[in-house]
Amino acid sequence: MDWLTTVDHKKIGILYMIAGGFFFLVGGLEAILIRIQLWKPLNNFVSADTYNELLTMHGTTMIFLAAMPLLFALMNAVIPLQIGARDVAFPFVNSLGFWTFLFGGILLNVSWFTGGAPDAGWTSYAPLAGTTYSGDHGVDYYVLGLQIAGIGTLIGGINFLVTIINMRAPGMTFMRMPMFTWAAFITSALILFAFPALAVGLAALMFDRLFDANFFDPSGGGNAVLWEHIFWIFGHPEVYILILPAFGVISEVISTFSRKRLFGYSSMVFATILIGFLGFMVWAHHMFTVGLGPVANALFSIATMLIAIPTGIKIFNWLFTMWGGSIKFTAANLFAVGFIPTFVMGGVTGVMLAAAPADFQYHDSYFVVAHFHYVIVGGLVLGIFSGLHYWWPKMFGRILNETLGKLTFWTFFIGFHMTFFIQHFLGLLGMPRRIWTYLDGLGFNEMNMISTVGAFLMGFGTIFFLLNVVITAFKPQNAPADPWEDGRTLEWSIPSPPPEYNFAQTPLVRGYDAYWKEKMDGHTGMTPAEPIGPIHMPSPSILPFFMGAGLFVAGLGFMYAKDWGNLFGSFKTGYALGIVGLLIVFGSMFLRSVIDDHGFHIEEDEILKDMEGKA
Amino acid sequence: MSANSHVEGQLPHEPEKATLEGRNKVLGFWLFLGGETVLFGTLFSAFLALRHQVLDGPTENELFQLPLVALATALLLTSSLTSVFAVHALHTNRVKALINWLIVTVILGAAFLGLEIYEFAHYLHEGHGFTTSAFSSSFYTLVGFHGAHVAFGIAWITLIIIQLSRKGLTVVTAPKVYVAGMYWHFIDVVWVFIFTVVYLMGKVV
Repeated sequence: MDWLTTVDHKKIGILYMIAGGFFFLVGGLEAILIRIQLWKPLNNFVSADTYNELLTMHGTTMIFLAAMPLLFALMNAVIPLQIGARDVAFPFVNSLGFWTFLFGGILLNVSWFTGGAPDAGWTSYAPLAGTTYSGDHGVDYYVLGLQIAGIGTLIGGINFLVTIINMRAPGMTFMRMPMFTWAAFITSALILFAFPALAVGLAALMFDRLFDANFFDPSGGGNAVLWEHIFWIFGHPEVYILILPAFGVISEVISTFSRKRLFGYSSMVFATILIGFLGFMVWAHHMFTVGLGPVANALFSIATMLIAIPTGIKIFNWLFTMWGGSIKFTAANLFAVGFIPTFVMGGVTGVMLAAAPADFQYHDSYFVVAHFHYVIVGGLVLGIFSGLHYWWPKMFGRILNETLGKLTFWTFFIGFHMTFFIQHFLGLLGMPRRIWTYLDGLGFNEMNMISTVGAFLMGFGTIFFLLNVVITAFKPQNAPADPWEDGRTLEWSIPSPPPEYNFAQTPLVRGYDAYWKEKMDGHTGMTPAEPIGPIHMPSPSILPFFMGAGLFVAGLGFMYAKDWGNLFGSFKTGYALGIVGLLIVFGSMFLRSVIDDHGFHIEEDEILKDMEGKA
Repeated sequence: MSANSHVEGQLPHEPEKATLEGRNKVLGFWLFLGGETVLFGTLFSAFLALRHQVLDGPTENELFQLPLVALATALLLTSSLTSVFAVHALHTNRVKALINWLIVTVILGAAFLGLEIYEFAHYLHEGHGFTTSAFSSSFYTLVGFHGAHVAFGIAWITLIIIQLSRKGLTVVTAPKVYVAGMYWHFIDVVWVFIFTVVYLMGKVV
């Protein structure tokens, strides 16, 4: 019950981690099934229809329900601590964001049990996603599930932006902010400007499917390329929404375990901003073969290649940070160091794909599949693993087992390269993506077999990580405040796990790498910026849970309005259910608005008692 | 309430920004409006891409009656002015005037909405249904999204009026009034664009 009503950012972070981790396993299972189907030519392990569903749900689940929530987990767990804040700006909204994400994700996956998951690809291209070609309810689940989950992401992004702008501790100027916080800041800005476009696209597609609108249906005057524009003006920034926080994690981890200040901090900040900006300028590079013409293709081609410059700056800064450092290869740092060459390979194939004429050759082949998995798995997932190993002690007060962590890394890392490196060559040989099988004798057999074996290795790596989590859960909760002994940022200056109020006294920040600076000056802790006094905390609330549940009910109701019978007269049961769901949502908003919530105070003696207990 | 101010019973200078919660709310709302801009921007793009795809349905030129739209525009722009008066009353700590100006704003907004409903009903009568053509789908979606925003704003400001009359003007209610005012201006600005891009361009081009 406590977990249903919590508004504490640390607990919400853990909730995000559990839910995102669960969906990561679901998406991983889907990937394994895909790879089993492709391990030999003309395999009939799954049908073509099921393969389409697996492919669609794998992409959708991994991006929206696994990668983003896991990043939100890290951001929630760490950001307020890194900037010296007691909580996020809107704790209630934070909880609401989690529950809408979870209910949206559940809605999406309910489709497996009701006769057909979405099957039009994660990009849901029109007119394939229209009622003409996708007549069952699969794509309805896609539009409504993602719409509900997207609300959660959007308000989460606004929350982080306000938190970072308004709630930094005294002395924490923008140019003293840790790199992970900077990355989260830019990511949140991208979310703010990208997700509303997706919301409109999904709404339009929903109108097309449920209410016979004509946005994307050419026979009604609609335009299928319009969907691609709307989808990718969201979809390309989405790639940077995913990867920038991973960059942030890598910056923290490499700097900590090299015992050195991050090389070129200010260039890192500006590179991050520049990547965020350019991320919005390149969406049509997903559409080179649509027929936009040579001028558009050339412009988007050049804009895309420009992104390699700030990214290169970041890569070299990481290398220079390690240069001459006394590097400790902990599990967290292995993931971070492994990230660098892997991501560079993904970047290089990105530049290859950005050349419009060459793209006509690579287009819709496994080369593209290899490229984006190098970026998303080799970049993002390695970054998430690194962050989880790094901050686990701070989140739970227990250190993950190092040996198992290293085992996770090596199995996952080797499995990853086995799976995807070879797919570049499959693509160059002409193996098309999205197709459920291939003929014998095309020279694809051995490489696909290797790729499948690699996928299983990645699965084993994930199992080792789960094993590690279970074993660690039985260890005593006794991690010190600064378990790596070289912690540089504010989160390491408070106990692990932190008390509900984070900082008994708001710290005074006197430089970049605030905690490290105090250590170098011979202090044992941060200088407080305020006396000890009662701390104001927001009260927990069940309303966010009900709002998420209400949207879930409404989505389900409207989706089936056409099939279900009439309740009374000609009024459809589905619409009634939908209206009930919306009433739950608006009723909760109404209650939130009229009930005064002044929160509560944690008194001074309680804080003092905590401090003695930990000391 | 202790958070009220240094002098008991007296509101600070800008009560909407007196507390951290208030400042967070105002900033968060500015950012939210940034997102809303993208939302409407996308709707406008879809409309512009599809507005000549009328199939057998009526065209913009046949459909739009500028006098009616001009009247609706006048009502909505005036409501923006009255919401400015409301925020002015907030800053000069006149609760009674604040509530009255908000009521006027809500009435003007409701009148605008009434005209829009009448307009939509009329178009429907002319054979311009939601499913008629890509033009009609994108028209109703864009203008309807705006109308839904107006309706939401009316409900929201009504709730604030109730709160104000029960609790008076405090550092808790002040940010709510201020933010609702920002929202109201925003939907007004969006309407100016709709008036230009949808109605005027529909008549001219």
